[in-house]
Amino acid sequence: MLTQTTKPKAPVMTDLKGQTLVCLRTLQEKNPASLETYIKLGGYSALKRIVSEKVKATDVITEVKRSSLRGRGGAGFPTGLKWSFMPRYFDGVKYLVCNTDEGEPGTFKDRDIIRYNPHQLIEGMAIAAYTLGAKVGYNYIHGEIWQDYDTFEAALGEAKAAGYLGENLFGTNFSFNLYAVHGYGAYICGEETALIESIEGKKGQPRFKPPFPASYGVFGKPTNVNNTESYASIPWIMQHGGQAFADLGVENSGGTKLFSVSGHVEKPGNYEIKMGTPFIALLDLAGGVWKGRKLKAVIPGGPSTAVLPASVIEAASMDYDSLSKARSSLGAGSMIVMDETTCMVNALHRLSYFFYEESCGQCTPCREGTGWVYRVLDRIVKGQGKMEDLDLLTDVSKNISGRTICAFGEAAATPVLSFIKHFRSEFEYYIEHGKSMVGCKAEPQ
Amino acid sequence: MLSSEAIQKIDYELTKYPADQRQAAVMSALRIVQTERGWLSKESISEVAQYLAMPEIAAMEVATFYNMYDLAPVGKYKITVCTNISCMLRDSDEIVDYLKAKLGVGFNEITADGKFCLKEGECMGACGGAPLLIVNNHTMHEFLTPEKVDAILDDLQ
Amino acid sequence: MLNIEIDGKALEVEHGSSIIDAADKVGIAIPRFCYHPKLSVAANCRMCLVQVENFNKPLPACATPVADGMKIFTRSKSAIEAQKSVMEFLLINHPLDCPICDQAGECDLQDVAVAYGTSGSRYTEEKRVVFNKNIGPLVSTDMTRCIQCTRCVRFLQEVGGMMELGMVGRGEHSEITAYVDKSVNSELSGNIIDLCPVGALTSKPFKYSARSWELTRRPSIAPHDGLGSHIEVQVKDNKVMRVLPLTKESINECWLSDRDRFSYEGLNSPDRLKVPMIKHNGAWVETDWKTALEFAAGQIKDITNEYGSEALGVLVSPNSTMEEGYLVKKLANGLGCGNVDYRLRQTDFRLDGKRLGTPWMGCNIHEIEELDRILVIGSNMRNEHPLLAQRFRKAVANGAELSIISPLDNDPLMDVSHKVIVRPNDMVNVLGQILKAMSGLQRLSLCLPLSLNALLEDIKVRPNTQAIAESMAGHGKNYDLISPKVGIFLGNMALSDPRFTEMYSMAEAIGGISGAKGGILPSACNSTGMHMMGVMPNSTGMHARAMLEVPRKAYLIVNIEPELDCQHAALAKAAMEKAECVVALTAFKSQALEHANVLLPIAPFTETSGTFMSMEGRVQSFTAVVKPLGECRPAWKVLRVLANTLGLPGFDYETSEQVKQAIFAGEKPSAVVWRSLNNNLKELVEIHVNIKHEGLQRIGEVPQYKSDPIVRRSPPLQKTKYNIKPMARMCAKQLDALGLTEGDYVLVKQDKGSAVLKVKLDHHVAKGCVRVAAAHPDTIGLGDLMGDISVEKLSPQQIQAYASVIKEACA
Repeated sequence: MLTQTTKPKAPVMTDLKGQTLVCLRTLQEKNPASLETYIKLGGYSALKRIVSEKVKATDVITEVKRSSLRGRGGAGFPTGLKWSFMPRYFDGVKYLVCNTDEGEPGTFKDRDIIRYNPHQLIEGMAIAAYTLGAKVGYNYIHGEIWQDYDTFEAALGEAKAAGYLGENLFGTNFSFNLYAVHGYGAYICGEETALIESIEGKKGQPRFKPPFPASYGVFGKPTNVNNTESYASIPWIMQHGGQAFADLGVENSGGTKLFSVSGHVEKPGNYEIKMGTPFIALLDLAGGVWKGRKLKAVIPGGPSTAVLPASVIEAASMDYDSLSKARSSLGAGSMIVMDETTCMVNALHRLSYFFYEESCGQCTPCREGTGWVYRVLDRIVKGQGKMEDLDLLTDVSKNISGRTICAFGEAAATPVLSFIKHFRSEFEYYIEHGKSMVGCKAEPQ
Repeated sequence: MLSSEAIQKIDYELTKYPADQRQAAVMSALRIVQTERGWLSKESISEVAQYLAMPEIAAMEVATFYNMYDLAPVGKYKITVCTNISCMLRDSDEIVDYLKAKLGVGFNEITADGKFCLKEGECMGACGGAPLLIVNNHTMHEFLTPEKVDAILDDLQ
Repeated sequence: MLNIEIDGKALEVEHGSSIIDAADKVGIAIPRFCYHPKLSVAANCRMCLVQVENFNKPLPACATPVADGMKIFTRSKSAIEAQKSVMEFLLINHPLDCPICDQAGECDLQDVAVAYGTSGSRYTEEKRVVFNKNIGPLVSTDMTRCIQCTRCVRFLQEVGGMMELGMVGRGEHSEITAYVDKSVNSELSGNIIDLCPVGALTSKPFKYSARSWELTRRPSIAPHDGLGSHIEVQVKDNKVMRVLPLTKESINECWLSDRDRFSYEGLNSPDRLKVPMIKHNGAWVETDWKTALEFAAGQIKDITNEYGSEALGVLVSPNSTMEEGYLVKKLANGLGCGNVDYRLRQTDFRLDGKRLGTPWMGCNIHEIEELDRILVIGSNMRNEHPLLAQRFRKAVANGAELSIISPLDNDPLMDVSHKVIVRPNDMVNVLGQILKAMSGLQRLSLCLPLSLNALLEDIKVRPNTQAIAESMAGHGKNYDLISPKVGIFLGNMALSDPRFTEMYSMAEAIGGISGAKGGILPSACNSTGMHMMGVMPNSTGMHARAMLEVPRKAYLIVNIEPELDCQHAALAKAAMEKAECVVALTAFKSQALEHANVLLPIAPFTETSGTFMSMEGRVQSFTAVVKPLGECRPAWKVLRVLANTLGLPGFDYETSEQVKQAIFAGEKPSAVVWRSLNNNLKELVEIHVNIKHEGLQRIGEVPQYKSDPIVRRSPPLQKTKYNIKPMARMCAKQLDALGLTEGDYVLVKQDKGSAVLKVKLDHHVAKGCVRVAAAHPDTIGLGDLMGDISVEKLSPQQIQAYASVIKEACA
């Protein structure tokens, strides 16, 4: 269990057993966030080698491709392939952006990277900057984790002072300046183009794509955006080789992955494990379902991924293919565990409020549809539901999905569709009786 | 008038962006001014916009889009409790009820002495520590229990 | 070219087209709300979702570029399903208040809902309510109806040049608003009414006055600035109810300036003169046409008989039609009088007789967008020609470098690469510097004539003028051009300046050396036409200025209010007072016409047929859209009958078309225009570049909503923030130099006239200048628009003495 206190410098690390530490490797040490600790573990050696030996960019990309690292922010797009989209021969300004804007319920892994192992992220970004020809980078950090923002900014200062950031690194002509910037309360900024708009000082409204950030990103310049965990995996990959990283996982899902486990478990927190680890094993690491209760359902990758009933998730393992086969998705690895006492109607009601509240309002289906869904669910929770509401909810959600500028539409529709699909009888009971089947509070917030 | 401290901090943020992209610093600038003044009045937003040479309405768009900006006074301490699913599963409702009873206010209300304002928050990206709250946007408290809430409130003078 | 297929129809489209553009070209209608061909693509309404082969999701036609071989289905099951679902979403929070909505009948949402909506709604929850905003006197808001398409936001930002509206809030709570309580001040603001696809933004003056289907729509030409915008006048019960733009891509595109859009309210002003009037024993008496015309003719005859025909002065508005101008001139000449002029706001006539043709803007309006380098001299562009300024804005957005030389530093709402803000007098020297710098740039092979070289000898080129010269020569801030397309334009302030001849000559020389297009941007809708017809003094006649300086015994004035429309208000006023007879053809009763002897009610542009010739030389005729009010008659008819009554031969025109035939002598107008337009001078006029001027100079700008009698009577335009009382505006340095502070009262004097004004700090005014607006009752005691002026601070005693004036003038 990693996340137990808000004081970043002295985490409680009671149980690293069963984990394979790549992104959080400094956690084995006393003062994990410090530059000293990171360097002791071989930190910045990959960067130094690549920059001073002038390793070819294509070689770095090949290595990343070999690692079969896939984007850890949720979409799972192969990182090496993404890097190859950046216009290599464009000699103008290019930017590098890191997405540390975790706002999807149940997702809190990147926070531990920036507060326990910030230098690995910095090194990963510097290697990426070298590879992609960017001289300036931004790490966009979720506004609510302010203490961790401060930690990261301090780490940037350390790295700069030690000559790992700034001008003419290692005596070469490679320069890279990295800055911390922040959100201030908008889930949508986790979407990469909304995040870019936000960096530019605008509302976080996603852009229509194409053009993609690789050709039109921050300030209209080619930009590469990756998730924190993706960048943080790079130094290890460059240190030990892409194949070694790939071998940690399974086919199509290379390496380790941080899983944020929250909800009804004994020991909520982040667990870094090999891709392909059975769900059961991960649940064990998190201490199992709390209070000795039975597992009811799990949202495996954050609410934008489909909820799975216990029987389905228990048979799955934690990798892209297995969860996709189970008709859900690995997402950002944000497991929300629900025990038998959970009222699925109330849970969906809360999630629908979240999507209603966080819709950016730019495009019609999402702006209007999320409010509609929330209001119908609110009515149901208040005991005024009608049986036909379930089909209406399904239909409205389908009409949002796939018709919006960004993936928020799908994200908002998925919980509605999956909750009703797997737990329809529970919704029908609630509508019929005006109260929950599981006897938990039926009051709306 | 922006204070010289605020200007100094905004100027630091401006060093992060190209010189012709002053607007990029608006997120930080609004945060800096809000931290200093407690909340963002229309005059504050206007001052920030002027300092960054951007249209006032564009600054207003930003201030109203991100929900950690407060466009009305929030008392001395704004307490934002996350009630999203991971927190809800770990009984954030009980924490909310406890706070409401203890402070005698509902969400978006300020205590009579002007000291506390209670707000409902969306996911703060720290669900492992659920249930949790943030004081004045920048100080997070996790693994809340009624006793811990008591201690937190006692500390806020 | 790419080959694609839309709904089974094969077609070839240009690379880079969007699906919606391709479909529009072949007449396949895809519903849309947020998309507008003139605005950036937002793709937010999602109404234009279509099915594209090999894509599992419907794609927005507005934002999806076509690809070779693409197969698009706009009416397939999946497309229709998507479109219908979007329609449903749009309607759940839209009020069903069509019966009381001004947009009804011309509402995109209504129209599309007929095709894609259902008769009932599945939405039974509470609907959203959004508070209305007060964004000024022109645009009315009903924000609950808004569908957040952001067309208005994008228009003001991209076309208007300033982000005055935004969408604040988030999600369902997003709403369009101006900053807190601010109004939308763009001079193009009315266009957001047309752009709004629903009834959220409607016309405030038109509000609740008619239903759109009750209106008859008639085409016409905008009667104010020199652009010649195409308009649609909408009429009900013989009354003009509103004016909208007609799309004319090469002139006004699909836009209209607020002046052209809302001035019609002046047509229905209570000031309208409905019957002929004669002043009898100092009092106005209504009379019939015959009596009035006979009286007028008699007076004119008596005076010309007694004092000679040169005792008559004829002044005609440049906003009058070509037919009217032609007949005015013919009438004056018929009487043997050469004193006729339309150049009421000009003060420097030294170029008369030196021109090779009619001066014009020197290129077509749409060509401005293609320019690489632009030099604008003495123009407050947004005030003078709002839509032309928009074309300049587009050029700059396309990468053109704009340089400005002006006594005013008003924000044109576009990037200005170089500017020199100096006193009008010094603008000549600045132009000389540019000319000298240009001739010194080595890559230019052209040399200046010796005569000019001598003039420039003592001129010292400064860095800022060097920069302008280099920009015009092709050196750029961002990139260099070997052969840039250059445009040089002189605006109203230059045209009114006493040293216009110098400015023009310099500009012509710079133009010659840089291969520039360009010319003058005349202020009124028919200035160019009037010049082409020679509505100017003959070799022995007096020009507009002389006619007032050396007062005439009688005046025939057409469509003007002399003290508001002439260069020198005080002179104009005095001349009218002194004259034995003033015959005024006018659409309005007016304080300014108090000293006339006969008022002959003429029809404004909506009640007569006629022709305007625009600044780009376009001859555009229009017909009356309503019947003349009361006893009003078209001015061409009045002039014809007046000439008949005067016994002049050759005034037998039955229609205005016949007058037009006469103007062009039966030729095709364009052929005549082509021969006539020419900005070149026959010879170099003797000019002096290096004249020092130490005193204060007035910048007597005519505010855009004061430009002519119709505009001055439009209540909504007069309620905008542009209608502020004239003040003595100076920059901080000038205030310091005069020991003044903002809020002081001063006595400003020009010649014998004066005005008491409040002092206002205005950073936009060059040092050495006082900006005092013209065409306003408060400043009719003053003189030349761009002349010398003095400013004295009022002592407390004087303030006492002037208390009543101050109360009135500075309220």
